[in-house]
Amino acid sequence: MRKISLILLLIASVPVWASGGGELEHSGVNVTDIASLQRGAATFRDYCFGCHSANYVRYQRLADDLKLGEDYVKQYFMRGTTKIGDTMSIAMDPADAEVWFGKTPPDLSLAARSRSTDWLFAYMRSFYRDQNGEWNNSIFPDVSMPNVFWREQGILEPVYESAGGHGGNAGSHIARLEMVEAGTMEPEAFDAKIRDLVAFLEYMGEPAKLKRKAVGWKVILFLALFAFLAYLLKAEYWRDVH
Amino acid sequence: MSNDGANKDRRRFLLATTSVVGAVGAGLAAVPFIKSWQPSARAQAAGAPVEVDLTKLEPGQLLTVEWRGRAIGILRRTQEMLDGLPALADRLRDPDSEVVDQQPGYAKNQYRSINPDYLVLNINCTHLGCVPQVLPQPGSFNWEPDWPGGFFCPCHKSKFDLAGRVFKGVPAPTNLIVPPYSIIDNRTLIIGVDPQGAA
Amino acid sequence: MAKPASAIAKNWDALCNWVDTRLPVSSFWRDHLSGYYAPKNFNFWYFFGSLALLVLVNQIVTGIFLTMHYKPSAEEAFASVEYIMRDVDWGWLIRYMHSTGASAFFIVIYLHMFRGLMYGSYRKPRELIWTFGMLIYLLLMAEAFMGYVLPWGQMSYWGAQVIISLFGAIPKIGEPLTEWIRGDYFIADATLNRFFALHVIALPLALLGLVVLHLAALHQVGSNNPDGIEIKQNKGADGVPVDGIPFHPYYTVKDIFGVAMFLLLFAFVIFYAPELGGLFLEHDNFVPANVLATPEHIKPVWYFTPFYAILRAVPDKLFGVILMGLAIAALFLLPWLDRSRVKSIRYKGWASKLLLAVFAVAFVRLGMLGMGEGTIAQTLESRFWTFVYFAYFVLLWFISKYEKTKPVPERVTH
Repeated sequence: MRKISLILLLIASVPVWASGGGELEHSGVNVTDIASLQRGAATFRDYCFGCHSANYVRYQRLADDLKLGEDYVKQYFMRGTTKIGDTMSIAMDPADAEVWFGKTPPDLSLAARSRSTDWLFAYMRSFYRDQNGEWNNSIFPDVSMPNVFWREQGILEPVYESAGGHGGNAGSHIARLEMVEAGTMEPEAFDAKIRDLVAFLEYMGEPAKLKRKAVGWKVILFLALFAFLAYLLKAEYWRDVH
Repeated sequence: MSNDGANKDRRRFLLATTSVVGAVGAGLAAVPFIKSWQPSARAQAAGAPVEVDLTKLEPGQLLTVEWRGRAIGILRRTQEMLDGLPALADRLRDPDSEVVDQQPGYAKNQYRSINPDYLVLNINCTHLGCVPQVLPQPGSFNWEPDWPGGFFCPCHKSKFDLAGRVFKGVPAPTNLIVPPYSIIDNRTLIIGVDPQGAA
Repeated sequence: MAKPASAIAKNWDALCNWVDTRLPVSSFWRDHLSGYYAPKNFNFWYFFGSLALLVLVNQIVTGIFLTMHYKPSAEEAFASVEYIMRDVDWGWLIRYMHSTGASAFFIVIYLHMFRGLMYGSYRKPRELIWTFGMLIYLLLMAEAFMGYVLPWGQMSYWGAQVIISLFGAIPKIGEPLTEWIRGDYFIADATLNRFFALHVIALPLALLGLVVLHLAALHQVGSNNPDGIEIKQNKGADGVPVDGIPFHPYYTVKDIFGVAMFLLLFAFVIFYAPELGGLFLEHDNFVPANVLATPEHIKPVWYFTPFYAILRAVPDKLFGVILMGLAIAALFLLPWLDRSRVKSIRYKGWASKLLLAVFAVAFVRLGMLGMGEGTIAQTLESRFWTFVYFAYFVLLWFISKYEKTKPVPERVTH
């Protein structure tokens, strides 16, 4: 019987999904690193916030959670008549945006939750210049967004690999991206900048995450104490039975 | 089954400890649920302090703004209005603003205001919450020939003077409430924020 | 100083008497807790009944608090969930307790049902307990489905689209029926609003009623046990089953320990992995519902995937729906399909043991396949396990009757 169960267990544990080659690199973001979140917030403000809103995130929360302080947020993030209790919306008219970009830039409040941090980390670093000199992205083909970091990152171009052993464009796919023009930042420093930005996006996706992780271990410790006592109590009563 | 375990004390002790820890746990678990009834971040943002530009207010003019669902009246009083106030003391229920909850400490004075020129009041009647009419001119109330100017509540006929003090013999029990406020440079009124240094 | 204490005790007794003559508190306590004798050999598998009750209470309490902030309208639903997650003090915790609780409910229920299969807890005289339990399971699926629609994300929307379309497979009345369920020509505000009403009022009420019936039927005949012995047939001189122990305090303290262990795992998921890698909360559901764009890969939440795999395994709409329905309906028949002389798997032959193990694997495997993308290989494998799933019920009918069983002991074993 043991052997049979073992065989059955093996059958059940065969993965259903053949893991394809498209595994994403681990982003390595740390959402509890406040300094990283602060740097990410600044990057978000400078590069993203012009076109992308974060309609569920309140400035007040940003000031508190990231320890930026109300005055700093008022001075560096808020525009016009916005109040500290408002959410991070943008003034751009969606209709204009569609004309400029072909598509309304999506709200980024929940980007990290719907796409995952690994995806965002890969996406932001996968812009390349195609044969026509236009921006494209190997993670998100034919994306409408331009590469906003091209000065820092430098310019990448694709190296193709043919699937069937023949050259040419049909049936070939991008093997990797190659830097053809260096940027103002070293690749490691640029990755770190994007990592901070992705950490900030992760924070915006779930601001409660910081509190959640801080409270969780206390709850678990308390429950462990309760479980221990409950076990002693159970054992004490059950001495009658055994 | 045998109940002769010599450890009755141990059993009682464990039962008590587990119960206490369990009760504490249940109590702590209730905290988030109770706190979820507090005004949310959105409600707090909506209830943020309101700024009013005082330079546009003419003498004798009343401006009404909403703050946290309450009608806040800002009356720029003339010198005559202020001069008339001290004489009313014996017709009022609480002429010296002795009821502490009705105004912050910095507005507990003869004029019930920081700057006597500006009266800032929550004008919801202290009887049942209606918004009174303002009849600032003496004699402007035709039911009462010696009307000194003030607020009159149409719901149950309560009357208040031009410092929001309640008259004797009306249903309203107390003076109108002065909300927390501060004035910056004699130009900007901020409703909902105490002056710096004041509690 | 002894006098005041005894005076208090006396007054307390008087108060208890006063209540008892008006409300059957003591007799209820005696009949269902301190004087309800349960077999003394319950093992690990017997924690899940009380845990299901705990999760039910969790869902009701957290659900009530969520309705205080949630807006059941197509315009506002998605934003109101984010409002709960961000602006309401501790709202995120209440929401995660509810969303994790939904999955925990099915984990606990599936283990509880498997216990019944192993030890023959559905056998005579417990057929009604099983029937009520199955009805609870059925309603729970409806409850979970409608609850999943409420956040109004992409998976909510398109999941509802798929499930409601199933009714369209019924000949003749299918189309008008789906329209009636939706209250519109597509999944819209009206659909969300009625699902909200059913999710928060109608189904919970029905569920509570069924739980009462489930427990009433259980307490009428008494609990089964891992040996499948009727402890009531072996009573001592005092009229108490010799293999029974009072539910209170012995099983209450044991269940409290079980609750504590469960809460440890539950808290870990809530605080450190509330999405559980997209299994409990799906990534695409963080995108607001969009009528014009279906997500690339839509699948139901994990607890529906075994049946979803069966549905997808059949290349015909109507027959697929029928087979999926049969997969659930067959479980109702178990009390009458199992004709063995013994209840518990412990005393059945090797064939029964193998059969049950293979069935469990088929269920788990179908669940995994239902989460897959539905490639040709996966569809073929789904067909195989669907066949195995149904073979269980057929083979059970024969094997249980004709296989050689081991002798059942007089008394329960440990």
